[in-house]
Amino acid sequence: MSKKIKCALIGSGNIGTDLIYKIQRSPVLEPVWMVGIDPESEGLQRARDMGLKTTHLGVDGLLPHVLDDGIQIAFDATSAYVHAENSRKLNELGVLMIDLTPAAIGPLCVPPVNLKAHADQVEMNVNMISCAGQATIPIIHAISRVQTVEYGEIVASLASKSVGAGTRANLDEFTYTTSSAIERVGGARRGKALAIINPAEPPMIMRNTINCLTEGEPDQSKIIDSVLAMIEEVQKYVPGYRLVNGPLFDGRRVAVFMEVKGLGDYLPTYAGNLDIMTAAACRTAEMFAEEILAGKITLKPTATPAPALTA
Amino acid sequence: MTTNLKGRKVVLHDMCLRDGMHAKREQISIDEMVRVATALDAAGVPLIQVTHGAGLGGNSLQHGFALAKNEEYLNAVCAVVKQARVSVLLIPGLGTMRELQSAFDCGARSVHVATHCTEADTSPQHIAFARKLGMDTTGFLMMAHLNSPEGLAQQALKMESYGAQTVYITDSAGYMLPEDVTAAVTALRDVLKPETEIGFHGHHNLGLGISNSIAAIAAGASRIDGSVGGLGAGAGNTPLEVFLAVCERMGLETGVDLFKLMDVAEDIILPMMAERIVRVDRDSLTLGFAGVYSTFLLHAKRAEARFGVPARDILVELGRKKMISGQEDMIEDTAMTMAKERGLLKDVVRARVSA
Repeated sequence: MSKKIKCALIGSGNIGTDLIYKIQRSPVLEPVWMVGIDPESEGLQRARDMGLKTTHLGVDGLLPHVLDDGIQIAFDATSAYVHAENSRKLNELGVLMIDLTPAAIGPLCVPPVNLKAHADQVEMNVNMISCAGQATIPIIHAISRVQTVEYGEIVASLASKSVGAGTRANLDEFTYTTSSAIERVGGARRGKALAIINPAEPPMIMRNTINCLTEGEPDQSKIIDSVLAMIEEVQKYVPGYRLVNGPLFDGRRVAVFMEVKGLGDYLPTYAGNLDIMTAAACRTAEMFAEEILAGKITLKPTATPAPALTA
Repeated sequence: MTTNLKGRKVVLHDMCLRDGMHAKREQISIDEMVRVATALDAAGVPLIQVTHGAGLGGNSLQHGFALAKNEEYLNAVCAVVKQARVSVLLIPGLGTMRELQSAFDCGARSVHVATHCTEADTSPQHIAFARKLGMDTTGFLMMAHLNSPEGLAQQALKMESYGAQTVYITDSAGYMLPEDVTAAVTALRDVLKPETEIGFHGHHNLGLGISNSIAAIAAGASRIDGSVGGLGAGAGNTPLEVFLAVCERMGLETGVDLFKLMDVAEDIILPMMAERIVRVDRDSLTLGFAGVYSTFLLHAKRAEARFGVPARDILVELGRKKMISGQEDMIEDTAMTMAKERGLLKDVVRARVSA
């Protein structure tokens, strides 16, 4: 397949920059635009050096070029506060929005769990939850597809150097979005997410612990098989996704201890949290792109009603 | 050796109904909390912390489930205290602003917003929200031995800028020596506004809780955390009644009744330690010696029982890997990895070969 779907990246921080590398390697995606808000930003300079067109005028700086440059997919790595507006403006031009902020206005997407369903529905906005969600929800789903999970709890340990200012200042949003996704996508009846930021030097590789309470005694052999099969699915797009210990069975508790080592594209390999987020977003865009290129789906502009005028 | 501290005012903050929850595996009942809080209040202790050991949002598989919800404990204690203010602990990443609002609605009026000693910038939302609620708000720099005095001062400045009225040097591992405390508190005093208070929260793992607290006061701290009867994680917090006796000898003013506080320790707290006396023993001493988070102690003992790796070996390894507050999951993980290395445990294998 020689034709590629053209993409725009919004937000020139860690996530946006790492996405350039992932998308450039994709057989079906091509990064064309990088959108920032600071003309002096290192991220925009880097994007220019890597051959992308850039604007420092935010999404409004991109809009006039969307149709001419044939942009069909946009990735938003800004903040939950501006995402809705970014999405509305781009959806109106028929651009699919992949949301990497905790805004979560569209359906939540974890590729090996529900990506195909979203692509078939031609959703125009899909949300990638959080790095912790991408790293843990596949495992919760692997357990909940075997037997009912009454309670799913995850702990994500992140290297201090890999956590950007946005996440730090908005930890509650990270917690709420991830907890909710453990239930809605992972399939646990109740979910809880904990985040730890560890400053150790050399930086620790991202770790995730998944604890589930099953309804009744856990079916050990079925759970082990399901979890190991799921890990292979995630490894298809995140090669450094690795089982360190477990599944451990302790009464009704099932514990799985994972490590996520990144590819070292923009940040070093300890920042698996960055990689699993960008790799999942890239995988999501690729699924849509493959279906567009195969003529199976067509992205259409969404008619957003103008805000009602109030008296 | 110490400068004359006579007449200096010190605010005592009791931790036994929060840090002590760790020592009791989160199993303090509401009735026990009410009994302890009533007695502390009658002794004149001005601040009493009440929650799950890990604070708001602490009820979890990671940190254990307490006998009651935080709201149930807070409602019960707030109903009986007459002069004391009730405080809570909030660790961003675990507890949230929704839970802080809920604690405030139950009557909590003071909060320790706690971060690791290098990660103060995870607390701006929570500190600002606590101030908006009108709570007495402290920034609480945990595992302070893992940062330099200058680094701690920079972190303290951030918390002050978010709105913290007090910043704590928190010796979570009970590792600091008096000279370390002096250097840390002095560094904070040099940069913080005069009206910003400084606090010290010690653990008694090296038996230094009291001398470290005195060093903190001499360097400019005015708030001291301790636990009556020493009921806290690891070898316990600075034993509050012992510290109070030292304050009396030195002429420090606390407003707390020494004999009443001694009676709380002897008559109420000691019987609560029937299962396990909180003291400096082989494992809690290891925490202080290796610089490990005090709460890890009982988790490591449980891992020893299950995987056959001695708790002391696990704790030393956790210290080497620089695991911090909140990483209790890494205790089980580390014990399993060590058990594999020692031939005590094998990797899981698939039960069936999938088609």
